[in-house]
Amino acid sequence: MATEGDPSVLENPRRRDYLQFAAVAVAGVGAGVTVLPLVNSMNPSADVLAASTTEVDLSAIEPGQAIKASFRKQPLFVRHLTQAEIDQADAVPLGELRDPQSLKERTKEGKAQWLVTLGVCTHLGCVPLGAGEGEAKGDYGGYFCPCHGSHYDTAARIRKGPAPKNLEVPAYTFDTDTKITVG
Amino acid sequence: MSFPWAKHYEPKHPLMQWIDSRLPLPRFVYNAIGGGYPVPRNLNYFWNFGVLAGVALVIQIVTGIVLAMHFHSSAAEAFNSVNVGIMRDVNAGWFLRFAHANGASMFFIVVYIHMFRGLYYGSYKAPREMVWLLGVVIFLLMMATAFMGYVLPWGQMSFWGAQVITGFFSAIPVVGDWIRVWLLGGYAPDDAALNRFFSLHYLLPFVIAGVIILHIWALHIPGSSNPTGVEVKGEQDTVPFHPYYTAKDGFGVGIFLIFFTALVFFYPDALGHPDNYIPANPLSTPAHIVPEWYFWPFYAILRAFTADFILPAKLWGVLAMFGSILILFFLPWLDKSPVRSANYRPVYRTLFWVLMVDVLVLGYCGGSPADPAYIIASQLASAYYFAHFLIILPIVSRLERPRPLPGSITEAVLGTTKTA
Repeated sequence: MATEGDPSVLENPRRRDYLQFAAVAVAGVGAGVTVLPLVNSMNPSADVLAASTTEVDLSAIEPGQAIKASFRKQPLFVRHLTQAEIDQADAVPLGELRDPQSLKERTKEGKAQWLVTLGVCTHLGCVPLGAGEGEAKGDYGGYFCPCHGSHYDTAARIRKGPAPKNLEVPAYTFDTDTKITVG
Repeated sequence: MSFPWAKHYEPKHPLMQWIDSRLPLPRFVYNAIGGGYPVPRNLNYFWNFGVLAGVALVIQIVTGIVLAMHFHSSAAEAFNSVNVGIMRDVNAGWFLRFAHANGASMFFIVVYIHMFRGLYYGSYKAPREMVWLLGVVIFLLMMATAFMGYVLPWGQMSFWGAQVITGFFSAIPVVGDWIRVWLLGGYAPDDAALNRFFSLHYLLPFVIAGVIILHIWALHIPGSSNPTGVEVKGEQDTVPFHPYYTAKDGFGVGIFLIFFTALVFFYPDALGHPDNYIPANPLSTPAHIVPEWYFWPFYAILRAFTADFILPAKLWGVLAMFGSILILFFLPWLDKSPVRSANYRPVYRTLFWVLMVDVLVLGYCGGSPADPAYIIASQLASAYYFAHFLIILPIVSRLERPRPLPGSITEAVLGTTKTA
């Protein structure tokens, strides 16, 4: 009779060996299927996933000003760029950027003065300074993250520091010339 | 383990005889920390810190369970349940809260001394590698537990600490963002995150207690190391754990409690961050965000990486920070010297103190703002930290000529080769 570790078992599999593999496989699938809901329960629940939209009124934002709104519990920056800030952003060669994107790609057609981004640093998620009154704007006139020193330019593109990407531009649409819906 | 001369357990009282013949728990305790466990006679005060860490864990578990009776784990109520409910209304709540918060600091203080004791005296070397490996596991669990505990009061540092530390996982390529959302149960720290951190903060201390049992078990197989690094040769080198080291450890616990209570009663906020007395604000990060002091050295390593080099800077920082701890798992195989104690290794001894200073520099930089001067200092200190373990130590441990070792522990103590 073949015993465990006997090479003849592999060469001459018996029907009973197949039964062992099948039993272990079934137990493995059962264990996996049991673990799955335990892990999956930690994914966002239905109330978190219920997508929300945020409306922002732009009429009161003067050129050079920015406001912070809240979108899906995350900060949202809406910035009214001055002509000088737009020119400054357009003057940067894309090859110089870590995450090459032009201001045009980051704003809506014909609305280059409205820069809408999430206020979440792409490094480890802090809220950069620069949107509030009197806050430091960093070395490139945009935003500065105090957590680990990332600097963003006037198009909210990453220029210096450890952050890998530009501030994210969420999906949004202009309802009227002075109102946007984000989400 | 037991040396052949270890005393045997002989229950005298009939009740103990009855128990011992059915479940030999008294025998187990006697052999583990009683008169049945012989220990080198020359242990100095640095050998107190294992017991002190155990005491700190017990303090955390006991105060933690009591605090959990009054804590509300919801984003709307957590801050008030701690800062109003527990601090003002619960009987002695202020004391329990400060004891728990400062208890975490005391836990890390004694564990850092415990670890550097091991580094200095080569306690990680064969045959005690497993003791060391389990110790690093305990250290990782401690850091995870302390992090989640700090989130619970839902102040500004709590919130932004949770945001940043779960952000580490988003640096992982491809699946990183998914893992972060899974950890948080949402897209930013909120109720879901706070609730699960509460649950896990309750669970992990018991996992730590379990690993500590393995840690002590692994230690008791070869027995304790000692300041000479010379193994026990005979009965004359040891004394029974009880009463000699129970008394000495008891004295150490007394000193520990004096420091601890002084901190709790007179300087309860000295080691904390004032911004955590501000309720969490998801729309504004404090200008001077820093982690708790016991994370500063690792935080400095994280921040030292500012430029992309093959991998993104963000991933480098996270890899280096975790790597700076994971590298400790390999220490027993990086240090090739057969001599354990730094007392007999002149070059290693210097390197040990340089490493100590290096870690202090890292800690100082980690607690400072992300200014260019501190970033450069962290970069140099981080480079040295890794060089110490990966380059300098393996080379030095091969080339160094150790000083002559004493013939035995007894000889080192009494200055004589005579054995009893």
